[in-house]
Amino acid sequence: MVPLSWYMVLSVIVFAIGVFGFLSRRNVILMFMSIELMLNGVNINLIALSHYLQDLRGQILAFFVIAVAAAEAAIGLAIVIALFRNKATAHVDDVKELRG
Amino acid sequence: MELQFYHVLIPFLPLVGFIVNILIGKEVTRYGAHWPGVLTVAGSWVCSLFTLRDVLAGHTIDADLYSWIVSGTFKVSVGFLIDPLTAVMLIVVTTCATLIHIYSIGYMHGDTGYYRFFAYLNLFTFCMLMLVMGNNFLLLYFGWEGVGLCSYFLIGYYFNKKSAADAGKKAFIVNRFGDFGFGIGVFMVFIAFGTLHYADVFGNVSSIAGQRVDFLGFTVDLPTLIALLLFCGAVGKSAQIPLHVWLPDAMEGPTPVSALIHAATMVTAGVFMVARCNPIFNLSPFAMDTVAIIGAATSLFAATIAITQNDIKRIIAYSTCSHLGLMFLACGVGAYAAGIFHLYTHAFFKALLFLAAGSVIHAVHTNDIQEMGGLKKYMPITYAVFIIAALSAAGVPGFSGFFSKDEIIWSAYASHSSVGKLVWLMGTAVAFFTPLYTFRLIFLTFHGTYRGGHHAEAHGHAVTHSAHAHPAPHTSGHGAHDAGHGSHDPGHDTHGSGHNTHAAGHGAQGSHHGEHHIHESPKIMTVPLMFLAVGAVAAGWVGIPPILGGGAHFAHFLEPVLGHPEFHGTHAEEWAVMGLSTTIALLGIGLAAFFYLRKTDLPKKLAEQFSMLYRISFRKYYVDELYHYTIVKPTLWIANSVLVAITDAKIIEGIVNGVPGAIGRFSQSLRKIQTGIVEHYGIFMAAGAVFILALLYFMR
Repeated sequence: MVPLSWYMVLSVIVFAIGVFGFLSRRNVILMFMSIELMLNGVNINLIALSHYLQDLRGQILAFFVIAVAAAEAAIGLAIVIALFRNKATAHVDDVKELRG
Repeated sequence: MELQFYHVLIPFLPLVGFIVNILIGKEVTRYGAHWPGVLTVAGSWVCSLFTLRDVLAGHTIDADLYSWIVSGTFKVSVGFLIDPLTAVMLIVVTTCATLIHIYSIGYMHGDTGYYRFFAYLNLFTFCMLMLVMGNNFLLLYFGWEGVGLCSYFLIGYYFNKKSAADAGKKAFIVNRFGDFGFGIGVFMVFIAFGTLHYADVFGNVSSIAGQRVDFLGFTVDLPTLIALLLFCGAVGKSAQIPLHVWLPDAMEGPTPVSALIHAATMVTAGVFMVARCNPIFNLSPFAMDTVAIIGAATSLFAATIAITQNDIKRIIAYSTCSHLGLMFLACGVGAYAAGIFHLYTHAFFKALLFLAAGSVIHAVHTNDIQEMGGLKKYMPITYAVFIIAALSAAGVPGFSGFFSKDEIIWSAYASHSSVGKLVWLMGTAVAFFTPLYTFRLIFLTFHGTYRGGHHAEAHGHAVTHSAHAHPAPHTSGHGAHDAGHGSHDPGHDTHGSGHNTHAAGHGAQGSHHGEHHIHESPKIMTVPLMFLAVGAVAAGWVGIPPILGGGAHFAHFLEPVLGHPEFHGTHAEEWAVMGLSTTIALLGIGLAAFFYLRKTDLPKKLAEQFSMLYRISFRKYYVDELYHYTIVKPTLWIANSVLVAITDAKIIEGIVNGVPGAIGRFSQSLRKIQTGIVEHYGIFMAAGAVFILALLYFMR
């Protein structure tokens, strides 16, 4: 039987990869994928604890996260397409319209 | 008797007329605006007649319609008190209002603000009726302020004319002084009685007799304090000394307004209020003496001014002031019924005087009686009604004014107090001046030869006249206005700017208003004049005193409300007093005839001989100048050099500009972190999350 701590470590590793990827990549698509990684890291954590505590609420929450992630992907990709149509780039350094 | 629907309709019908005209007057009713205007007021008049019938049948109604304000022990309702005093006021207000509304159809014909005029006139009628019908002090106050507001609207009706706008402001601001005292008086009534309803206040009035209260550090008699504070309001509204200055300037309004608001109804509200509050006044001999003396002083003061004025409407305005003073004189000696009687007869003959003057102005397009003369043959109806009104005002036996004026003078004499004797002497002096100035006006206007038609001179004179009339700041504005209007009716205050649609037509007639332009006014104006003339003659017949074979029905009718003063005097004394004042009045007419018909050069010589007295009277005892230098100028100085220069420029603008400035500088430094680069935001977020986690971890 795999102990809980392994799942936790896996979840942290996946989340950390996501954070690193989000902060280091310049490509919008890659940053987007990094966000998905962070979300899934959290999901692993939730489900592991749900199993450990024998409480289904964690799994329900994970389903919610997946559903929200799907919606977020749809909107996020739409934003990316809109950005590409306007600026012909997927590189975030080229987009500085919000500079103060 | 219960409150009937027609009692409720009396005030609310004119309100309906107002709402219709103010909402759709510009687009829909337009030059038919008199239909809702006149019909609703006429409806009120019919309802008032039914109400009078109820009151004559002995009914008194005090009923609440609606609970207006309920806050703890403070309860005020919208309710009506219908008793003999209210019934008299209802008849006065609705009769005059109906006739004047009809007259206005002719007088205001073709004016661009036609619908607006009728809307305001209806709103005024509504407020005035609420004032007289209300059964508590707050409704009285509501009506009081409402008529003041309408007065402001209508004085400044020709608002693009600076002198009219200024006169409106002056009326409103001067009234504020009086109403401030009146408002405090109402508060004091509430403090003393715990209620504002007439029935509860006047029913318990003896409970405050002799009470003393601290007021502004002085210990004063409570009834005196309340009475004098309430009288403050009356002084403002009814144009008594020292707040009389607004009434002559209020003549800038259209003439029907002067007739309705500034002669027949609104200005008499003060007298009505004093009569209504007579139980409070009766408790304070000092307040009564004050009322009598201020009334008598105003009466004499205004009468002496009226003798030298040259503006037809201002003369009548001072006459109104003078007659209002007489009414207060009567109230002050305890003869409330005589005061209300004079209010009632005065409403008819003074409205008639004003409307007849309006008819004259309509024909000759000037207000200056020096530009008139010889109008008798062109305007026979106006001349006839003017004579009737003047005879009534002068107190010639047989006419309304005689009975009421005689009643007042007799009451003053018979009150047998030293104040009563003093005001009797002053009242008798007024009885001399009234016919003098009224007939001077008639002889200069209707007799002799026409002196108008010199337009250039009229222009110059009008400007200098207004320089006399107002302290310095008014002059330039007025002059500019005249210049702007070119040859069209300079300096004349009723048809100046309102007749925009007619301006071209008048201009085409050239700068010369020759005699051939003068004609009698249309029927729509002369018919109301004739009805009022009947009132001016016969209205007083309901109050003929017993000594002349009458029954003094008027005083008996009002006795349940106003009480019956205890006057002692023999019949011989009564005949003597009446004979004296009548002789003096006839003497006044005779003197006026001598001066202005026979020896027409004599007045000028006398004016030169006694130039000092003449100037004092002509400049209205310099009261306007006094106020200009003691109140207006210091106020403007404070406004300009303290409020504008320090409070406004330094303190308020300092705060208003300083706060955003500081925020702006701070955000200038903050905006540097808004780079627009997504990773930077990501790093801030991540760092923040780490920081919070660390905080949670270490703080645990």
